[in-house]
Amino acid sequence: MNAAPSNRHDVRLENVTKQFGSWTAVDDISLTIKGGEFFSLLGPSGCGKSTTLSMIGGFESPSAGAIHLGGEDVSRQPSYKRDVNTVFQSYALFPHLNIFENVAFGLRRKGLAKAEIRTRVQEMLALVDLTGFAERKPGQLSGGQAQRVALARALVNKPKLLLLDEPLGALDLKLRKQMQIELKRIQNEIGITFLFVTHDQEEAMAMSDRLAVMSKGKIEQVGTPAEVYDHPATEFVASFLGASNLIPGEMVERSADDVTVKLEDGALVKLPARALAGSNSANVKIGVRPEKFLVLAPGESEEPGWNVIEAVAGVSVYLGVSRQYMMESRTGRPLSVYAQNLGRAGELAPGANVRLAWNPAHTFAVAANHTQPEGEYT
Amino acid sequence: MRRLRGKLAPYLLSLPSWVYLIVFFIIPLASMLGMALAVGDPLSGYTISDNFQEFVTGFTSYEDAFARSFWYGTASTVITLAVAYPVAYWIAFYGGRHKSTYLFLIMLPFFVSFVIRVLAWEFILSDQGFVLGPLKAIGLLPQNFHVLSTQWAVIGGLVYNSFAYYVLPLYVVLEKIDRRLVRAANDLYASPSTAFMKIILPLSAPGVFAGFLLVFVTNVGDFVNAALLGGPGTYMIGNIIQDSFFENQDYPMAAALSSILMLMLMIAILLYSKAFGTEAIQEYAA
Repeated sequence: MNAAPSNRHDVRLENVTKQFGSWTAVDDISLTIKGGEFFSLLGPSGCGKSTTLSMIGGFESPSAGAIHLGGEDVSRQPSYKRDVNTVFQSYALFPHLNIFENVAFGLRRKGLAKAEIRTRVQEMLALVDLTGFAERKPGQLSGGQAQRVALARALVNKPKLLLLDEPLGALDLKLRKQMQIELKRIQNEIGITFLFVTHDQEEAMAMSDRLAVMSKGKIEQVGTPAEVYDHPATEFVASFLGASNLIPGEMVERSADDVTVKLEDGALVKLPARALAGSNSANVKIGVRPEKFLVLAPGESEEPGWNVIEAVAGVSVYLGVSRQYMMESRTGRPLSVYAQNLGRAGELAPGANVRLAWNPAHTFAVAANHTQPEGEYT
Repeated sequence: MRRLRGKLAPYLLSLPSWVYLIVFFIIPLASMLGMALAVGDPLSGYTISDNFQEFVTGFTSYEDAFARSFWYGTASTVITLAVAYPVAYWIAFYGGRHKSTYLFLIMLPFFVSFVIRVLAWEFILSDQGFVLGPLKAIGLLPQNFHVLSTQWAVIGGLVYNSFAYYVLPLYVVLEKIDRRLVRAANDLYASPSTAFMKIILPLSAPGVFAGFLLVFVTNVGDFVNAALLGGPGTYMIGNIIQDSFFENQDYPMAAALSSILMLMLMIAILLYSKAFGTEAIQEYAA
C-alpha cells in the first residue's frame, strides 16, 4: 500500500441539522475536519454522533445545512455515489462471500480490472495482517479478525474519508487496546482522514488528533485531546472527559493575566484569565482534575502562588499507580483526589483534615448556570 | 441389563418414527411398485410378476400428459416465485409490527378446503360468470372468449394454490437477512438494485430453492386444478392416474404411472439441485 499524502480532503459540515419527526437528533452543528486527520466524535449514546456519521456517509440526508467533502457539496448524494467508506459497528460482513470477495466488493462495483482488484485486495489483506484468510467465510473469523476485514473492505477503496462507527465496541478490552494501536498505525501509513465515533472518552483521547464532544445534538467543544481535557469549555465536557471537581464561586478580581475567584467556602483561588475567556458572568464554577491536587502533609506549606483549599479525607482506594480518595470540602462538597504513588505519605485516615494545593495554571472554569450532564456519564 | 438398556435407548426412542415410516411409507411404496409389476384384475386378484409392460405402455401412451405436467409444474412454480417474492420481501422488510397479520391474511384462504377454493375459481372464471359476462355484454371481449379449459386457467389455479407455500419459506429467509448488510453494500458503491442482486437475492437463495421444490413437486402431481379449471386438452398425469385408478380400475397402470412420475420428479430434483444448489447460487453472486 502506497502512502497517499495527496489523498487529503477536508470535510466540512455547515449548520447541519437532522430531525426525526419532532425529535432533533443533530442540532445545527458546524465542523471542519482537516485532510489526513484522525478526528473523533465523542459523546454519550443519543448525543447525535451516530446520526452525524450517517449523514456524512450518505445514509441519512440532513434536514438542513450542507456537507462538503473535498470542496464538493455531497449533501444530496446517495451513499453509493459518495467517496466515503464505513467500518460498521456490527462489521456487516457479507456472510455468503469469502474474505477476498468481501474486500473486493467495492472495487468490483467500481468496475476495476480483475488483475488490479486481485493486487489491491492482497495488499490490503497484508496491511491488516490477514494474508492467507482470503478463502475463508466471515463466519470462520474471530471478532478481531472480522473487525480487520471490515477495515480492509473499506480502506481498499482509498476513500476520501473513512468513517468508523464504534468499531471496537464489540471487542474485549485487551483486543481493543491492540486494535487502537493498529488503527493508528494504519492511519499513519495510508494517510486517509479517519472520522471515529465513540462513547469511550479514553479511546477517543488515545487515538485522536482532534475530537469533538457532543451532547444533545450539539457540539460542546472541539480541540486536541489535551485542550479538551485540560481546558474543558463546559461543565458537560469537564464531567464527560475524565473525572473533575467543580466548585461554584464568584469572581472577585480580574486582571489581564489572572482572575481571583472566591469559592463557596470562602477560599480565594487564582486562575489564568484565559480560563474564563468569553465568560462575563460573575458566577462561575472552577474545576480541578483529581490528579492535579497535591495533598499537603501536616505543616507543609504550598509552593508560592499555588491555590489551597481545605478538605476532610474520606475512604480511599489503592490502585498502585495512585491512591484515589473521596474527600469533602468544608461545605460538604464531594471531591475526588488522586494522590500519585510517590511514597510521600501513607494512607490518610478517614476524617483527617488535609490541605489540597494545586497550580493555578491547572485550573479551568465553566459557566455556573450550565446544565448538568446526565448522571450515568459523570 | 442397565447398560444394554442405555445402548438401546436411542433405538427405542426412534421406534415410533420407524413404525410410522414403515407402515405409511415403506409398505405403501413397496406395494405400489409391486402393483405396477402385477398381472390380474380386481375380481380375480393380482399376482406380482416381472411384467414391465405397464411401465412401457404407461410412458409411451401418456407421454404428452407427462410433458404437460412438467410444463404446468415449471410454469406455475416460476410464476408463483415471481408473485410471492415481492410479497414476502415487502412483509419481511416493510411489514413492521404487522408482519404476522399479513402472513395470517395470506394463510387465511387456506382455511377453506382446497377443492372449494378451486371450485370458487371455476365459478369466478366461468364463461358467462360475473367477470367475463359483463365484459362480453359491453363488447370488450368476443362472445366465444373463455378462460376455463385453457392451460392458463390450470396454471393460474396452480399458482393461486401454491402462493402461500412459496411466500412462507421466502419470508423466513428474507426476515433473517441483516438489514445492515444492505447499508454496507450501499456504502461500497452498490446501488439499491445492485445491493439486491448481490446481497439480498443470494442470501435468500435457500428460500427460493426450498419453495421451488415444495411447489414444483406438488404442482406436477396435481390433478384437481386440471380437473376443475381445465378441459380435455389440459389433462395432467395426475388426472390420468386418477382415471386409471377410479374409472378404469386398472390398478397396475395407475401404480406404474405413479412410479414413473416419482422417478421423473426425483431425476428433475437431482438435476435442479446440481444446477441451482444454494452453493452454486452463492458462488455466482460473487
